[in-house]
Amino acid sequence: MNKQQLLLIGHGMVGQRFLEALVARDGLSRFDVTVLCGESRPAYDRVGLTRYFTERDADALSLTPSGFMEAHGITLKLDTRVSGIDRQARTVTTETGERLGYDRLVLATGSYPFVPPIDGNDRAGCFVYRTLEDLDAIIQAAEGARVGAVIGGGLLGLEAAKALHDLGLETHVVEFAPRLMAVQVDEMGGALLREKIEALGVTVHAGTGTQAITDGEQHRHRMVFGDRHLETDVIIFSAGIRPQDTLARACELTVGERGGVMIDDHCVTSDPAIQAIGEVALWSERVFGLVAPGYQMAECAADHLCGQGESGFQGADMSTKLKLMGVDVASIGDAHGSTPGSRSAVFLDQSAGVYKKAVVSACGKKLLGAVLVGDASDYGDLLQLCLNSIDLPGDPAALVAPAGAGAPLLGADALPDSAQICSCNNVSKGALCQAIDAGCTSVADLKSDTRAATTCGGCATLVKQVLDSELAKRGLEVNNHLCEHFAYSRQALYHLVRVEGIDSFDALLERYGEGDGCDLCKPTVASIFASCWNQYVLTPELAGLQDTNDYFLANMQRDGTYSVVPRVPGGEITPDKLITIGQVAKKYDLYTKITGGQRVDLFGARVDQLPAIWSELVAAGFESGHAYGKAMRTVKSCVGSTWCRYGVQDSVAMAIRLEERYRGLRSPHKIKLGVSGCTRECAEAQSKDIGVIATEKGWNLYVCGNGGMRPRHAELFASDLDDDQLLRTIDRFLMFYIRTADRLQRTSVWRESLEGGLEYLREVILDDSLGLADELEAQMAHIVDTYQCEWKTTLQDEEKLKRFRHFINDATPDNELAYVREREQRRPAYPHERIELVES
Amino acid sequence: MSETIIDKPASRQGTVDTWQPVCRLEEIVPETGVGVRLAQRQVALFRTRDDRLFALDNHDPFSHANVLARGLLGSVAGRRVVASPLYKQHFCLETGECIEDAEVRLQVFPVRLAGDRVEIAASPVRHG
Ligand SMILES: Cc1cc2nc3c(=O)[nH]c(=O)nc-3n(C[C@H](O)[C@H](O)[C@H](O)COP(=O)(O)OP(=O)(O)OC[C@H]3O[C@@H](n4cnc5c(N)ncnc54)[C@H](O)[C@@H]3O)c2cc1C
Repeated sequence: MNKQQLLLIGHGMVGQRFLEALVARDGLSRFDVTVLCGESRPAYDRVGLTRYFTERDADALSLTPSGFMEAHGITLKLDTRVSGIDRQARTVTTETGERLGYDRLVLATGSYPFVPPIDGNDRAGCFVYRTLEDLDAIIQAAEGARVGAVIGGGLLGLEAAKALHDLGLETHVVEFAPRLMAVQVDEMGGALLREKIEALGVTVHAGTGTQAITDGEQHRHRMVFGDRHLETDVIIFSAGIRPQDTLARACELTVGERGGVMIDDHCVTSDPAIQAIGEVALWSERVFGLVAPGYQMAECAADHLCGQGESGFQGADMSTKLKLMGVDVASIGDAHGSTPGSRSAVFLDQSAGVYKKAVVSACGKKLLGAVLVGDASDYGDLLQLCLNSIDLPGDPAALVAPAGAGAPLLGADALPDSAQICSCNNVSKGALCQAIDAGCTSVADLKSDTRAATTCGGCATLVKQVLDSELAKRGLEVNNHLCEHFAYSRQALYHLVRVEGIDSFDALLERYGEGDGCDLCKPTVASIFASCWNQYVLTPELAGLQDTNDYFLANMQRDGTYSVVPRVPGGEITPDKLITIGQVAKKYDLYTKITGGQRVDLFGARVDQLPAIWSELVAAGFESGHAYGKAMRTVKSCVGSTWCRYGVQDSVAMAIRLEERYRGLRSPHKIKLGVSGCTRECAEAQSKDIGVIATEKGWNLYVCGNGGMRPRHAELFASDLDDDQLLRTIDRFLMFYIRTADRLQRTSVWRESLEGGLEYLREVILDDSLGLADELEAQMAHIVDTYQCEWKTTLQDEEKLKRFRHFINDATPDNELAYVREREQRRPAYPHERIELVES
Repeated sequence: MSETIIDKPASRQGTVDTWQPVCRLEEIVPETGVGVRLAQRQVALFRTRDDRLFALDNHDPFSHANVLARGLLGSVAGRRVVASPLYKQHFCLETGECIEDAEVRLQVFPVRLAGDRVEIAASPVRHG
């Protein structure tokens, strides 16, 4: 069979996707393909165009894999603009007069920027923003220019404004409508967006029509707005786009009233031999100015040509989320509430710069649209609710409540299989379920199998939720057994220990476990015992369960020596104590470093030196800092009202009080606290497990924050507490965490895995919904009452001190330690340095 | 109790020459280890909860630190192991084999209890 001739006019984003779709369907065995590309380079990422200003690397934007055309035998003609189509003869003519015949023709000519009919709009120094050439011209014009103006305050206009701003120009945005991004965002959102953008140094002239552009006096141009004007050196028009349908009109294909080549569900135009895809196409009276719908059309057009998948184009969602000049903006569905009877729930926090609106159906059950400015983190959830018409889980107002105040919007179970979970890689819930059926049992498996959550990672939590709920459905309960010796979760073991009053590992192992135990269950059980009974950790029954850090009450470092951290409650320390620390460090030549938690860490203590170091520290009034334990570590504070002119409460006193209350408390993982004396938050309390921030009336309590590898902002848990309320709430919170968390689960992760979220936690802790409050408080009281400094106790016990030696049969220390001095202190030698040191 | 050789699997060969006393049994807390200095090398000596004794290199091949005596004892799939306190690899107490990396194997030394004295033979057992 002879191959048919297929001509593609336009090699933009959608054109290239069409070629790839054709290749994927083996379309090249049916068609000889020739591509006529009006630009001087093959398809590139127009969506990422603005990156060119900073990167200046056109190749980095290319969407055409090198060798793609050659490999598939596709002919690509660059710099080739088509000037006419002869539908009778089935030929096209290029601007250079070349004629090419076709059996099938595909139009992918995109859009052109609309330039309003203003006098002077064609002056040199006026630009549009669509192609790499446009950008080159703008870059050139910006050299030596001082002021730039963008006509049009829509999505693209703001992107162009950012570019001018980045080029160092004083930047203005002139918008005819009364607000920015009028298509996607409503009035209040637009106002907030304007505020934010002006704060970045861009001047916005809204409700301003440009009547003419003339010669300027100080600058190249003068933009005339009635009786006002603005002088500028560079002008960019960004007043919307129009389908590039000139060719179609000239050959009398059916086009829409306002432009666009009319297509059916298979992207076929009024001529069955011709298809149109991308921004040039008009489907169901609409053009789509985004790339994703264009990609779908490309797939549908290829399906049709290859006689496959007859479902066709079904329209596309125009929801968008983007970052404009660092400001998150998102618009979903019916953002303006134009559906009859719809109602809106709105949240505005001007000082935080957050605006959220949810448009809900008349019955209050469905989400129709949303606008988010300043914080678009709920975009994914809201989009799912809207696209899948899911019944709203509760009060519509909860949809826009400030971050963290409400329960998670959606559970994975509520989503239909068609729900798109990962938008970067277009992975649906159904695709995840399939992968789970095929044997995936972890998020890592799903990532490598489906590519979900591998690009921006924003959907990782949702992916995990889908995994857990699907595994549970298949009866493959997510195994949370502690280890091979205990077929129980930490939470279950904790419960057994408490209820049955078990205080020895052997007893627990005998009743509920098997084998000998291991390095996972032993420290966990030791920690549970400590949380429940608070016995001295080095009793003979407990010693063998402790990790080396707990066993020697210090932190093992990479060469097997330890670091020492005395407690400095709240980070407040007298000069005398500071001097003592310095003297001890000097005497034992300990490397000294200030920690993030406002402590001094002394490194390089040999195991045999620890008792001597500690007896000096204890004599000077120091206590163990528990830096070695999975325990309450530090309470960091700012100086607060004691000195600071802004402080509204004595944050240091509160920090000391908290630290002395919870010192020595052992828990599933380390716990850090912070106390700030005012909302300036200098103690960074919102990155702590427990954050306390002073208010005029008392204290705001934040919970479950984390810094480190996976930062998480703590969430506001309760407001304006007095001192006693604060302590009581923290008592309950900590004990509830200790009781229910998994092994090595920080409060942040625990919180995320808690079904019912923060609301549930509030019910348990503040409203005592489980009737646990008294017990939790009593338990904490027991811990507080039985506190002892582990180092003090150890120093008083000759038997225990015998353990602090490197060799049982020789009093000498480890003879293979080697150090290098660097910046006037010592550090362990690296292996390559050791060889030299040992040899010399 | 006279001389008892504790834990002597059939696979063990090699010459057991000079037994060296290192400490009394009661000096080792059950289910923990202690470091021992032999003439040429450092050994980690362990006493399990059922009073069996094991001796292996104290040197941790992954961290290059002499710390294995301070590791936690446990079992993995029925084999008694010690976990490195630094990077948590597990070493079989009987063979010295690293569970996570079959290429790595520690030296194992014969241990025995003579009365209440623990003795170690200075030359390592070779596993074929
Ligand atoms: C700065 C910028 C930012 C954007 N940001 C986003 C975004 O964040 N998200 C999003 O979804 N979309 C965004 N878009 C829109 C997106 O780029 C378009 O939706 C997409 O490029 C449309 O693809 P297309 O192939 O239909 O058109 P194009 O990519 O414009 O390709 C059309 C091609 O056809 C060629 N052509 C036209 N006429 C002829 C002719 N007669 N002969 C030969 N060739 C011809 C043109 O030269 C062009 O190369 C952005 C666009 C711009 C300019």
